[in-house]
Amino acid sequence: MSSAEINKNEVDIVIGALNADLTQFLTSWRPFFSGFHLIVVKDPELKEELNIPEGFDVDVYSKTDMEKVVGASNSTMFSGYSCRYFGYLISKKKYIVSIDDDCVPAKDPKGFLVDAVTQHVTNLENPATPLFFNTLYDPYREGADFVRGYPFSLRSGVPCAASCGLWLNLADLDAPTQALKTEQRNTSYVDAVMTVPAKAMLPISGINIAFNRELVGPALVPALRLAGEGKVRWETLEDVWCGMCLKHISDHLGYGVKTGLPYVWRNERGDAVESLRKKWEGMKLMEKSVPFFESLKLPETALKVEDCVIELAKAVKEQLGSDDPAFTQAADAMVKWIQLWNSVNSSS
Amino acid sequence: MAQLYSSVKPTPMLKDELDIVIPTIRNLDFLQMWRPFFEQYHLIIVQDGDPSKVINIPEGFDYELYNRNDINRILGPKASCISFKDSACRCFGYMVSKKKYIYTIDDDCFVAKDPTGKEINALEQHIKNLLSPSTPHFFNTLYDPYRDGADFVRGYPFSMRKGAITAVSHGLWLNIPDYDAPTQLVKPLEKNSRKFDLPLRLPILYVDAVMTIPKGTLFPMCGMNLAFDRELIGPAMYFGLMGDGQPIGRYDDMWAGWCVKVICDHMGWGVKTGLPYIWHSKASNPFVNLKKEYNGIFWQEEAIPFFQSVTLPKECTSVQQCYLELAKLVKEKLGKVDPYFITLATGMVTWIEAWEELNSEERTEAKAPNGNKE
Repeated sequence: MSSAEINKNEVDIVIGALNADLTQFLTSWRPFFSGFHLIVVKDPELKEELNIPEGFDVDVYSKTDMEKVVGASNSTMFSGYSCRYFGYLISKKKYIVSIDDDCVPAKDPKGFLVDAVTQHVTNLENPATPLFFNTLYDPYREGADFVRGYPFSLRSGVPCAASCGLWLNLADLDAPTQALKTEQRNTSYVDAVMTVPAKAMLPISGINIAFNRELVGPALVPALRLAGEGKVRWETLEDVWCGMCLKHISDHLGYGVKTGLPYVWRNERGDAVESLRKKWEGMKLMEKSVPFFESLKLPETALKVEDCVIELAKAVKEQLGSDDPAFTQAADAMVKWIQLWNSVNSSS
Repeated sequence: MAQLYSSVKPTPMLKDELDIVIPTIRNLDFLQMWRPFFEQYHLIIVQDGDPSKVINIPEGFDYELYNRNDINRILGPKASCISFKDSACRCFGYMVSKKKYIYTIDDDCFVAKDPTGKEINALEQHIKNLLSPSTPHFFNTLYDPYRDGADFVRGYPFSMRKGAITAVSHGLWLNIPDYDAPTQLVKPLEKNSRKFDLPLRLPILYVDAVMTIPKGTLFPMCGMNLAFDRELIGPAMYFGLMGDGQPIGRYDDMWAGWCVKVICDHMGWGVKTGLPYIWHSKASNPFVNLKKEYNGIFWQEEAIPFFQSVTLPKECTSVQQCYLELAKLVKEKLGKVDPYFITLATGMVTWIEAWEELNSEERTEAKAPNGNKE
């Protein structure tokens, strides 16, 4: 499949604005965002006015807009990094591409700027292969194919639900790791896209992600909120939790999740050591989450994404609720999210 | 933290702990190119085909060579489990080795260059892979976290960062990819190159990564550029019954890979894939390949679901036990697909018996190889 064939009308680029001045961000992405519709959602806790350069087809949503759609009490669900989920909620497009506002286009080893949007959409439009690992990675890529020994019955693949991109410069490491290796930056450009096998768990980062909204939109849940959640990725886990849910639901429904290209360049921001000072409860929550997801089995009767989320929320409450209030809140948020999704998307 | 392993510099050579196993039916000229990397290691050459043919081995290598006469003499009736006229016979080399690690490579594989033009020391990379842990229980999106410059990403559970022991390191190939016959027929290389105005050989992308194949996931294991911990997983590395007198070929490494992965998953060990690359020079004849693979193409559709659903009982605590249990299940479940699987299951049992025989007692004079040792 040629990557030049993507239909821009099928894509919304959703940006969560945690920084008021989006000039550098949008200017650097202009070559790749132009022609696309943008949804910019302002963190409801951000006080300053957003600064958005001219020349983009963009709709901006702030706290007032959120409250009109979901009500005042529910707008807290969309604070901080979770503001982007409001964009997912109200979008009408098939594909969503979402990039953190502190990232700019990366350069590939040849020195060319990486068109992350096109790469993400290409990933989403090509089948995924979660049922058997292809040692040459993405078999649909030009120059590659399925290797000897790959079962023929599995070569048509399955629909791709999500495309998880990576980061050069500041990688998405946790605070303890980055604090220990203050100088470490990711300089390794791994030229591959691959499907993460079914049943395998992974930490999905929200920094550079795309998904098929028509297929799995409701599964991207703004649910887990750390007590000390902050405005740097080191102080959040919402995307990791969202990703665990998304992967599990994708596996259950027979969809695939890809990882690898495209890379974005993540600018220097924040201080890992500073973030480390906060009590890092994310670690404990992850430890509890893993055995839960490992043993979780969604009922066979859950055939729609919305039902999967509800069942998952039920299981979270039952099995993790007593471990930490954050889990109960997450479960409640997941249920509320589906209610909102159904109400917003059925009235359109 | 992950960097504990990356700080082991330089990579130990393991020259007294690793054997290089090479099956051959032609010659070993390719060793000339590998000399700087292989010269210090002991080679085990398994000569397939006509035992009266003299295989030319370049000067200066330390090796032992086994032809079919040696295999028959050493194993007696158990030699029936070792394939003839197929590179599957290489697994005899695993059996007679006394080393902890094995590296096996095909005789049409040469030293590749990385994108900077530097020659790749494939063996060194395999050793790095084997000596550092794997991460089969949770996928790291930055691939091998123990590699220099990499680490575990945010969200990766801390309790899993110690990793699992690595049993297998599966390397890849540049130039001629390891495609099956139907794919080779559909994508003849020259046609492709001319059409798109590309250099004659369509190179595979150089993907600068090593990663662990997650637990519960099967993969097509290619025997062209493969290393493993023999002490750990050796008994499961049986390359099956292929070639002469058998209804199937070019599935030897596939079969071993499915068995190995199921057992590694059961034992909690890791299988890595990715770097290193070697340069694969010879494209085999797709029509010949199709004849060999024909049955395999259909049989794998049955075999894969079998391996995907197999559970080994908790009581199987050794690789040999796991393997014998697998053999039993192969006979039971796949025997109905074709009687070949019953023969194969018998071969699997014979292999374990032979492995035990050769590896639990001292080798006598009578078992010494035919070939010269320097």
